[in-house]
Formats: sequence, C-alpha cells, structure tokens
Amino acid sequence: MLIDLQNVVKEYTIGSEVIHALRGINMKIEKNEYMAIMGPSGSGKSTLMNIVGCLDTPTSGSYRLNAKDVGRMDDDRLAEIRNKEIGFVFQNFNLLPRASALHNVELPLIYNGTPPAERRAKAEKALVRVGLKDRMTHRPNELSGGQRQRVAVARALVNNPSIILADEPTGNLDTRTGDEIMELFESLHDQGNTIILVTHEEYIAEHSDRIVRLRDGRVERDEAT
Amino acid sequence: MAAFSRTELSEGLRIALAALKANRMRTILTTLGIFIGVIVVTVIISVIQGLNHYVSSEFSNLGANTMYVSKFPWIIRSWEEFLKYQGRKDITEKHFRMLARNASLAEAVAPDLSANRTIKYRTESLNNVTVTGTTEAYLSCSNVSPETGRFFTDAEVDLNRAVCVIGWEVKDKLFKGDDPIDRRVKIGSLPFTVVGVMEKRGNMFGQSMDATAYIPYTVFQKIYGSRRSMDIQIKAADAGQADALIDQVTGIMRQARGLTPGKPDDFSINQQSQIMDVYNQMTRTLWIVLIGIGSISLLVGGIGIMNIMMVSVTERTREIGIRKAIGAKKRIILWQFLMESIVISGLGVTIGILISLGIALLIRAVSPIPVYISTYVLFLGVGFTLTIGLFFGIYPASKAARLDPIVALRYE
Ligand SMILES: Nc1ncnc2c1ncn2[C@@H]1O[C@H](COP(=O)(O)OP(=O)(O)OP(=O)(O)O)[C@@H](O)[C@H]1O
Ligand SMILES: [Mg+2]
Repeated sequence: MLIDLQNVVKEYTIGSEVIHALRGINMKIEKNEYMAIMGPSGSGKSTLMNIVGCLDTPTSGSYRLNAKDVGRMDDDRLAEIRNKEIGFVFQNFNLLPRASALHNVELPLIYNGTPPAERRAKAEKALVRVGLKDRMTHRPNELSGGQRQRVAVARALVNNPSIILADEPTGNLDTRTGDEIMELFESLHDQGNTIILVTHEEYIAEHSDRIVRLRDGRVERDEAT
Repeated sequence: MAAFSRTELSEGLRIALAALKANRMRTILTTLGIFIGVIVVTVIISVIQGLNHYVSSEFSNLGANTMYVSKFPWIIRSWEEFLKYQGRKDITEKHFRMLARNASLAEAVAPDLSANRTIKYRTESLNNVTVTGTTEAYLSCSNVSPETGRFFTDAEVDLNRAVCVIGWEVKDKLFKGDDPIDRRVKIGSLPFTVVGVMEKRGNMFGQSMDATAYIPYTVFQKIYGSRRSMDIQIKAADAGQADALIDQVTGIMRQARGLTPGKPDDFSINQQSQIMDVYNQMTRTLWIVLIGIGSISLLVGGIGIMNIMMVSVTERTREIGIRKAIGAKKRIILWQFLMESIVISGLGVTIGILISLGIALLIRAVSPIPVYISTYVLFLGVGFTLTIGLFFGIYPASKAARLDPIVALRYE
C-alpha cells in the first residue's frame, strides 16, 4: 500500500470557531493508481492534498506513506520526501516571483544537490515538455496564468517523483493545452508513477481510473471509472 | 547536522546576494551602522597601539636590562612620599665602588651625576646642556657609543682629567662642521678638552638626549661638589639573570647601609619596566572605556542588522514557504539567511576597515598623535564580520528556518 489514510481529521480553529475541513477520511491508494478527487469548493480537496503531500499534518488520524507513519517524521525528513518522492502542482502555483521560469523549475534539483549543468539540462527538458521552450527566462509575472500553471507542472515533474499531486492542474488552461498536460500525466502514469489530481471537470476526471468525491470533508463516493 | 552540499552552499550565497541587491538602499543603510562601529573600534585600537608603541620606544632608551640605583624611585605618588624619600641618605661614590666590585652578575656599573650648565666654544655658546659625570662603563649601561673620537678612560677618571665627550647637538651647534676633537670648550667656567662626540640619541619625552656633555665623575664631584646623591647604572650580564642581579644589588646596598633584616630599603632600584607598568595601569581604564564606546557602536550596528533581517524574513515568508514545500531543509533556509547577514556585516566591516585605514593615515600625517596600524586589524575584521553576522543573524535566520511551510505558503 502506497498511501493509507485512516480516519484523517483536519480542523482549523479561528478564534472560537472550529472549521472542520476534513471529518474522517479513510482512503487507500496503490502504487501506480491514477486517481481524481472531485467535490464542491470548500469540500476539503486541497486540504487533503496537502496532507497526502506531507506539507500538512492531520489533527487526528493516521497517514502511512509506503507503510511509514508520516506523523512520526521530523521536518527535515518530510522536506526530503517532498523533494524526492512527491511532485506537487499547487492550486495557486506557488512560484518564486523573482526567479525565472527556468530557475523555478531547477529549485527541487537544487535542494537535492544536483550539479548545475545537469540541473539546467533537466529543467530545460521539463519546460520543453510543457511547451514553454521560449519562455524559460521569463519571470512568473511576465507569464500568463496558463503558462505559470505549466511552469508549476514542469517543476513538479523535473525530479521524476513517484507520486504526482496536482491541484487543478488544468484550471487555467484552454482545452488544447489542458489535453497536452493530461497526456503528460498519462505517459507518467504509464511509466509506473502514481497520480492524484483535483479537478472540477468531469472530462478531466475521465482520464483517471478512480474518482473520489468529497463533500463537507467526507468521502461521498469512491468509485472506479 | 549533515554537511552542506556545494550546490546548497552556493545557492544560499546566490539567494543572499540577490536579496541584498534587490534592496540596495536598505543594504547600504544597514551597512552604515556596522562600518561606523568598525571605524570607531579600529581607529581607537590604532591610536592606542600607536601610543603604546611610542611610549615603549621612548623607554627603550633606558635599556631593558639596565637598572638604576637611586635615592628616589622614579614613581612618586604623593608629596608625603616625596618627603619620605627626601629624608633618605644620599647614594655616594662609596656605594658605586662597592657595587662595581661586588655585583658579580653585572656586566657594567656606572655612576651617573648630572647638572645643567652652559657650554662655550670660542664665541658660540649653548645653554642648558646636561652635564653627566660618569665612567666608561656608561657606554655599556646606556647602550651607546661615540660617533667620532673616543670615550674617556678609567685612567683619565682616576687622574681627574678635564676631558669631555660632547653630545651630537652640542657639536652641531657649537662647531658648525669643524672637527671638535682636541678642541677646548668651557663647561661652566672651566676648560675641558673634547676627546669624542657621542652618536645621536634622539629625544626622550621631548627632551633632547643630544644636548649633553659627559665628563669624568671625579671631575664632576670636584667642581660641583660631592655632596649630591648619585645614580648608579647597572647592566645585567645576562638578561635572564636580571632578577637575581636585583637581589644581589639589594643585598650589597643593604649591607653598605647597615640595614638590619626587617628594615625597609632606604634606596630605590628603578627599571624601565616599572614605568611601563605605571603607564599601563594609568591607561588601562581609559582603553577599556574607549573600547567600550567602540563596542557599543558596533552593537548598535549589529542590532541594525538584526532588525533588517527580521524584516527580510517577514517579507519573504511566502518564498520560504515555497522553498520548504519543494524540499528545502531547515539548515538550507538557516544558511540562506545567515549568509545574508554575514554578507551585510562583511560589507560593513570591509568598508569600515578601508575608511579607518584612511583616517589613521590622515591622523598620522596631520597630527602628532602616533597611530599604529597592525595587520591583525585585518584578522580582527574577519572576526568581527563572522561574529556580528552570526550573532545578529542567527535569531532571524532560525526563525525563518522553523517556519511551518503550510503557514508560510498562506502568508499574505
Ligand atoms: N488555513 C486555514 N484556516 C482556516 N480554514 C481553512 C484553512 N485552510 C482551509 N480552510 C477551510 O477548510 C475548508 C476546505 O478548504 P480546501 O482549501 O481544502 O477546499 P477545496 O476543496 O480545495 O476548495 P476549492 O475547490 O475552492 O479549492 C474550507 O472551508 C476552508 O475555508
Ligand atoms: Mg482547493
């Protein structure tokens, strides 16, 4: 079992108000699964992705990744997993505003100590794959929303992570570029990687093998396509 | 903590430099605080060292291995003390002879009597010349030698010969280029034959050591009277035996004075080091105060760095979040911000040292204050940089390193 969530609860306390973002999620994901998470806005999709991506920790419940309890790992170990095992495409991209597209994509490689020349070559290749060959030196504020999204995708792929978590990776893309990105995910899936993506579009979800629907922090439906 | 990879190190430095470049004005202003502090500290240290250097070189005229047996100590702290010493019996020729005969650890023992007189040669005259009555051992004790001619011999001393060795300034002023050897000068009202000219000795405490004339002490006593206290110069044969020599001299003097055990010495043995000690004592507090002032200004500069680093960390919270989300470990973030503060303080220290070197050279050129610039100021600079950068950078940097990535990512 690659990912095993048991009764995962996430609560946020703002003042005296408690917000139940996740109210007990049970979910097992095998290696090389291709899963889509759907659900209305505010249903907890991003929260769940953050927990699966080792960025956030559950308020209660357990998360085992590769049979290891993530709750017991220290910050640096988590950073290492985020760097090596997981490629995360954030809903709001999270690119470094002052760095070029190329440098943004190089970032994960910098933190795993890849030598400069190799790093550059890999980053360029990843940007070419998402169709940004001629935008490498541009900064995020010089790129369109869709182009930024593709930089974020390139950054998630560059390190060849075994798990790809993509939070609405096609949200800002036209159908054609969206399809290109989906083809990219599909070929990664064919290579044996595990892919989890959040989407609002049924036709995007169709690409996956399994659709999990969330509502109010609970799994409403979990079915194969 | 595991070692950094080269990539991690250079990336940290790159980010730090980029951040500083992006906030150029802020960097310069922060640097200002540091370099003013550095200037204050280095200029103060240079002046202190210059003074110390000056004083010890002045005293080197006294000879490190020579001691002076006198009625008065060199350092008298009060009028009462002075009166007490005043009441001591004089040091006389008798003591000189005893010391010369019995102080086996001494290389040379010379009497030293002095008075101020006018010297005349034909129509020229020079006032206020220090006339020293001594023997040939004086050369050894004071570590000097005649430039031309010779010093008078012990035989001439014993025979009360009216011969003299004149100082360099006396020759210069009275003879104007003539050869003074074998000429007759008048010291006071008595004629003396010049047998030698002493080498140039320079100043000690602003007083010329070259406006002098040396005559046999026997002659000195005959013309100026033997009822004045004599100084006796004693040079140790072996520098390592100086303390033993002091004990020996003390023993001989106490015996000569007939002091029973338990009675205090009624003579003084003076040494260069005593004056240095007093100088050091007197100035130590001053130095501490000055260095304190310097340190406070450095501290203020350091707090400036800390402040700006806190701002920098807050401003870049999202960036930190992104880096951590992508796999930057704590130490990477720590290093990145430490580099930033070290680079700021390094810049400040470098500019500070360059400016203080300029100031020191300027002071040296336009004022009589001696300034001594030593190379260790450089090492000090590197030390300052690391200390200030690390000390004032560590808190903001570790604050950045500890940020929770998810919280940092949400920061607006
Ligand atoms: N840091 C936070 N503090 C307080 N509440 C939060 C926080 N993060 C998320 N929430 C709340 O948790 C709930 C789930 O949020 P989440 O971002 O997971 O929704 P989502 O399903 O990703 O929505 P969307 O489709 O709009 O992206 C929401 O009600 C949100 O307000
Ligand atoms: Mg979301």
